[in-house]
Amino acid sequence: MLSIDRSIIDAIVAHARRDHPDEACGVVAGPVGSDTPARHIPMDNAARSMTFYEFDSMEQLRVWREMDDRDEEPVVIYHSHTATEAYPSRTDVAFAGEPGAHYLLVSTREPDTEEIRSFRIVDGVVTEEPVEIVDAAVDPNAVQSYMFGQSPATVDYECSDR
Amino acid sequence: MAIEVRIPTILRSYTGGAKVVEGSGDTLTDLIADLDSRHGGLKARLVTDAGALHRFVNVYVNDEDVRFLGALDAKLNDGDSVTILPAVAGGAFGFAAAAAIASHAVSTRAAR
Repeated sequence: MLSIDRSIIDAIVAHARRDHPDEACGVVAGPVGSDTPARHIPMDNAARSMTFYEFDSMEQLRVWREMDDRDEEPVVIYHSHTATEAYPSRTDVAFAGEPGAHYLLVSTREPDTEEIRSFRIVDGVVTEEPVEIVDAAVDPNAVQSYMFGQSPATVDYECSDR
Repeated sequence: MAIEVRIPTILRSYTGGAKVVEGSGDTLTDLIADLDSRHGGLKARLVTDAGALHRFVNVYVNDEDVRFLGALDAKLNDGDSVTILPAVAGGAFGFAAAAAIASHAVSTRAAR
């Protein structure tokens, strides 16, 4: 399962909307081994295409070194599909080179709603996983008093069948 | 003296888990051959059957992408630092090239 803060999801969706109809891409870094996405890094799509994305190799080197210096790793690698569903294409699978990362896809084909799905891609095998969006704005120590209230602290998106 | 080579997670199965290894060579081709002699299989993940650098990896010498330094012919010196990263790319559909890349990846994996 991918557990990710709502503010980061909002920033990813905003990036995808901003670059629509071109594909947007980026990384969310987190402490090594934590499996916790913490630092959103929007990347340039060097391909500037509606059907393809590619990190700029020099920007990637800079960002990967920075992560290394901070003892971080790419916890999430995201990109948008702007006219099709949020499911990895053959190209996505062929390129997937970070076996430890969650591959997050956002589809912006509908103007008012986003489809957000997450996948593991290891050795060419795609496995969908649920996405849990966490509201960090809710004080975890205060959760109990909200437990039967109207403001859920988390929203779970189950995998759709396929 | 030696050339320091930084290995990405996905290729550490070839280096016994090591993040940094050392090698030698006057060009990137020589360095990869040297690495492959101790870390068998690494070369096939970096160089295509046709003898070109794989599309799936980025290789840097110090701070420069080797694609701008002559790719596999890039000259190396003792003390250089070589970094290998997985290229991050993809997209909704493949134009024809993407399909060719994908089928190539499958055949590369099958050959492993």
